[in-house]
Amino acid sequence: MLKQIVAVTAINLKSIPRRFWLSLSTVVAVALVVMVLLSFLAMSAGFRRTLASSGAADVAIVLRAGARAELNSVIARDQVRLLEDAPGVARDAQGKPLASAELYLVVDGIKKTTGTKANLPLRGIGESGAAIRKGIRLTEGRMFAPGSNEVVVGKSLLREFQGFELGRTVKFGTALWTVVGVFEADGSVFESEIWADLPVVQSLFNRPNTFQILRARLSGPDGLAAMKAFNDGDPRLKLDVKSEQDYFSEQSSQTSDLIQKLGWPLAIAMAFGAMAGALNTMYSSVASRSVEIATLRAIGFGGFPAFVGTLVESLLLAGIGGVIGAVATWLIFDGFSASTLGASFTQVVFSFRLTPALIGQGVALALIVGLIGGLLPAIRAARMPIVQGLQG
Amino acid sequence: MSDTSLVRLAGVSKGFVKGKDAITIFERLDLAIPQGDFVAVMGPSGSGKSTLLNLLGGIDRPDSGEIHIAGSRIDTLSEGQLSQWRAATIGFVFQFYNLMPMLTAAQNVELPLLLTRLGKAERRTHVETALKIVNLADRAKHYPREMSGGQQQRVAIARAIVSDPELLLCDEPTGDLDRASADEILGMLTILNRDLGKTIVMVTHDPAAARYASRTLHLDKGHFEEKELAA
Repeated sequence: MLKQIVAVTAINLKSIPRRFWLSLSTVVAVALVVMVLLSFLAMSAGFRRTLASSGAADVAIVLRAGARAELNSVIARDQVRLLEDAPGVARDAQGKPLASAELYLVVDGIKKTTGTKANLPLRGIGESGAAIRKGIRLTEGRMFAPGSNEVVVGKSLLREFQGFELGRTVKFGTALWTVVGVFEADGSVFESEIWADLPVVQSLFNRPNTFQILRARLSGPDGLAAMKAFNDGDPRLKLDVKSEQDYFSEQSSQTSDLIQKLGWPLAIAMAFGAMAGALNTMYSSVASRSVEIATLRAIGFGGFPAFVGTLVESLLLAGIGGVIGAVATWLIFDGFSASTLGASFTQVVFSFRLTPALIGQGVALALIVGLIGGLLPAIRAARMPIVQGLQG
Repeated sequence: MSDTSLVRLAGVSKGFVKGKDAITIFERLDLAIPQGDFVAVMGPSGSGKSTLLNLLGGIDRPDSGEIHIAGSRIDTLSEGQLSQWRAATIGFVFQFYNLMPMLTAAQNVELPLLLTRLGKAERRTHVETALKIVNLADRAKHYPREMSGGQQQRVAIARAIVSDPELLLCDEPTGDLDRASADEILGMLTILNRDLGKTIVMVTHDPAAARYASRTLHLDKGHFEEKELAA
């Protein structure tokens, strides 16, 4: 039986050049389906990775109770002081708490690609703000000087928005600010931010005693629990304490789920179209090979090899389409930089990310299209009456 | 009707439905063909010549009656059993050769051997022998498009005999050929019948082709009439 299957499949595949354009149309249709799916999934994966890499398990975030994002949060100075001394907060060599109360504001920026306005995050950070975060490195210039109108900008923000080159002066609110440094942060969301000295930001934006978030490095694995217990036990603190990792994980899941919920239905809708194309191609294939199929059956070949041969042809065409779609998506979109609104209504810059697992999903979808598209024609090939087939 | 016949039809009826009409092709047809016979079947279009050949080859089924070939009653076999039976017993030669255009002459001839337990080397030996019999040993690696119609039909004959079947069924084997090529093919069938003992049933419209057969059956209105013997 195996020899029969190999022979019939080889005959099928060798006859594909006779149906070149029809076969090509199936390949292209499947490739487009896979491209659409993978571009959405790569977008979702890239966004998720950007936010996931932003969060550290050993850093605690404190927001107002019920606030899901920094923009909705307010923390008073007294609360900041209480929390800085909370158990679970790590301290530096001098015994000062490794904590950074921060103010998060929205300022205007212009996208380089479209020339349109977009919301950018200006973050006033405390003395320990950069040190608490993981992977922060200055790639150009220096850190802002305390008490000055100086900013450092993330490299993704510099790439996507106009006017943030080193040495340039930008206007936020009524004040002018000088860009004195560019930093990278392992591709995390912080690379989409502008950082300045907290007291200067509070002063120039007239928010003297207001903070929106407190970041604190934890003293150890039990640090978060200790901090939470302290927060829960003090009636002056009606705040939410969570790990930075959990915070960003919650933020990323909302947007990436939305992207996936758009991507899959669109890809599946297109897959139905491609399936119809594959069905048409394979019915045409069976029709054009009817004499060959019937001749082989007359010689003594069984119907099953004809079934397998037709199905293999369909799977091969769809598989080629899937691989072409995946390669094209990788060439066009992998590493492609884009930005979208994050949970705090500011732009998050991220890169599309096409992983082997996503490519696997794309090729699997292509093979499903090939399998379903080839099934009925394969059954027809196997069941075709020999006499009818010999008549062509 | 002899029980030693290679082919025996007993009370075979066959018809088909066209629209609301039931059309009868045969009604209780009987036929016996002894082993080693070379029979030409002639008759007007629509008389059922090709249907008869299809029934003998097990690629069509009678509505009623019995078909015995080479000791097997084939009208009761399943599709799978029929496939195996055809592979072992029947060699087909078609009017338009029905070669696989993407395969060489040798690969086409090898196809029936893929249904046997023969190894690659044995298959190659059988293919070479079959191609020698039809005088095409030097064309083994040629594709059908590189050969004339007569040569393609010789490849088809080689394919039909390569697994040494007892019965060759030829459906208008010279219908697509010029006279010289047709004579060559018919001469080859005669040799296969005379020297190798193959039983041959050949459907033809051509009286000149029928003269190569040892006897000719005329099929008309569902009945046979034996009219003449070959010269």
